Amino acid sequence: MISFVETCRVSFRAIVSNKMRSGLAMLGIVIGVGAVIAMLALGAGATLQIKSVMSSMGSNLLTIRPGTVTSGGIRMGAGSTPSLTLSDATAIKEECPSIEEVLAQYSGVAQVVYGNQNWSTQISGVTEGVFVVNDWQLKLGRPFTEQDIRSAAKVAILGTTVAQELFGYSDPVGETIRIKNIPFQVIGVLEPKGESSWGRDQDDVVMVPVTTAQKRLFGMPRPDMVSSITVKVKSEDLLDRAQEEVTLLLRQRHKISNPQDDDFTVRNMQQAMEAAQESMKVMSLLLGSIASVSLLVGGIGIMNVMLVSVTERTREIGIRMAVGATSKDIMLQFLAESGMLSMTGGAVGVFLGALLSYVLSQAFNWQTVVLPGSVALSFGFSALVGIVFGLYPAYKASLLNPIDALRYE
Amino acid sequence: MALIEVKDVRKVYRMDGVEFEALKGVSFSIEKGEFVIIMGPSGSGKSTLMHILGALDVPTSGSYLLDDREITDMTRDELARVRNAKIGFIFQGFNLLPRMNAMENVELPMLYAGHPTAERKRKAEEALELVGLLDWADHRPNQLSGGQQQRVAIARALVNDAPLLLADEPTGSLDSKTGAQVMEMLVSLNEKRGITVVLVTHDSNIASYGKRVIGVLDGLISSDGSKEKVESRVDVE
Ligand SMILES: Nc1ncnc2c1ncn2[C@@H]1O[C@H](COP(=O)(O)OP(=O)(O)OP(=O)(O)O)[C@@H](O)[C@H]1O
Ligand SMILES: [Mg+2]
Repeated sequence: MISFVETCRVSFRAIVSNKMRSGLAMLGIVIGVGAVIAMLALGAGATLQIKSVMSSMGSNLLTIRPGTVTSGGIRMGAGSTPSLTLSDATAIKEECPSIEEVLAQYSGVAQVVYGNQNWSTQISGVTEGVFVVNDWQLKLGRPFTEQDIRSAAKVAILGTTVAQELFGYSDPVGETIRIKNIPFQVIGVLEPKGESSWGRDQDDVVMVPVTTAQKRLFGMPRPDMVSSITVKVKSEDLLDRAQEEVTLLLRQRHKISNPQDDDFTVRNMQQAMEAAQESMKVMSLLLGSIASVSLLVGGIGIMNVMLVSVTERTREIGIRMAVGATSKDIMLQFLAESGMLSMTGGAVGVFLGALLSYVLSQAFNWQTVVLPGSVALSFGFSALVGIVFGLYPAYKASLLNPIDALRYE
Repeated sequence: MALIEVKDVRKVYRMDGVEFEALKGVSFSIEKGEFVIIMGPSGSGKSTLMHILGALDVPTSGSYLLDDREITDMTRDELARVRNAKIGFIFQGFNLLPRMNAMENVELPMLYAGHPTAERKRKAEEALELVGLLDWADHRPNQLSGGQQQRVAIARALVNDAPLLLADEPTGSLDSKTGAQVMEMLVSLNEKRGITVVLVTHDSNIASYGKRVIGVLDGLISSDGSKEKVESRVDVE
């Protein structure tokens, strides 16, 4: 019996002596493993990102959105049913005891002009609760007052990015900017928050009273409509209670008797995170299985090359058998060869996959995480593929009769 | 004691449903230390017989005892072990592995015998020294002449200390001078080491190296005896 180490040496030499063919045989595995690694890294990165976004938002928030969530995804509320309105927000603040503050939002994108400077940015129509709910601080000036909201005042608070773009280093408070050709008085500048974990600049924003956004800037399909309501609950253990209160109140206001007819969704961050993670999981599973198909194709490539190799080396097999190689020796030699091919392909694939995820994260600012588990998984799978798909060619080689193999031309 | 005992060996080849009986019942025995020449016209069944003697092929019927062990009912793995330990086979076409150098080719049987690296190296060097090719150890077959290649093949056949050397027209691809060198080498191995040699040839000059000549004709033994007796009867091409 030839030792395992010697078998591997023999197989290694066969691989090295035909680099071109070995390389082509590995290519499928390299691509397959690389794709699996990159897909899983993207999936893991996105999941992590969702987590950090959610946790940065605070855990005692409830978001209320129009439309309902079914198990499959979001079903928008029917056109005739009333959406969330500003008065819903006011009612929640007045009637739900577990709630500390409410933020109603109605936003759009517009160009902001000051003198000969202009800047296209997000215009957030907000209620005065934005400072408490979204944790904003003012660097300069004053916050919105109830009076501003009620009268749809033409006042604006600038994020630092916008302030910088329009005013440079001079003080914007008291100046007049134009949004959609309407003059707004700047009443304040926000403390910078920096980039969100999605990579978006959170300071690239102009806040105006929600009523101003509704009536003066972005017309409303339905009267008094807002795009979302966020509430801050007094404490984390009141979360369930607050959710209950808000849901009941909104059902009552929207005249809904059957919970299945809800035209809004109330979710806490935990639930939102779970939903997002669930859809991430489905997504990465899908991408992963597409990538595994290419791994399978890689395995078939190896089998193909090994079959050709066995035929081409029939004489070699005959010579080895003539000097005493057993069927098992021959079988192991070819198995080791396909195993090495696929494992080398797997290792190269892991490296390229990791490289690809790094490039993606740099180029598109997507967070990617190469988990050790996914490396082990795809490497193990590629080794398995090599052995499984090498089995038939190796078996075929081992069945050869020494004298027939020697006579083969 | 007989090293080889063949009794009523038949070999039937089947090709596309057509049967051809290449050996029609062959019996003989060869003692240890003999130098036997097998002669006969082309197609008479010499190679078929040698392949059976070399455990490379199995007879359709009959019995073959090698060293008192029945070869015909061995498994494939047992046959492989017999080829490895008991038999050195020398082919007309050398049958060296083209991608390996002389040293590695000679080591090959020891690889399958499971010898450790150091011992393999030592014995391969010894064998190459014996055939006078130690200086050519790192040459590949395509960097060697035909005669040198055949000497590498002889070294490979010797290296596991097999008691039986089988050579099927070992000089068939060589000119008469190198052919003679190879024959001298086989004779000296037979005489100095007591290795049993069975050699197939067409060439009556080569046949003169043997002490005993077995004539084969149409799948049957046509003559068997000492050189002098046989030479006149065997039809040499
Ligand atoms: N694998 C095979 N299948 C079918 N017929 C075969 C096979 N091998 C040999 N034969 C036939 O068996 C007969 C004997 O062949 P063998 O090779 O033993 O002859 P030989 O005496 O060695 O001839 P040569 O001197 O030309 O080498 C030939 O007629 C040959 O055609
Ligand atoms: Mg022949």
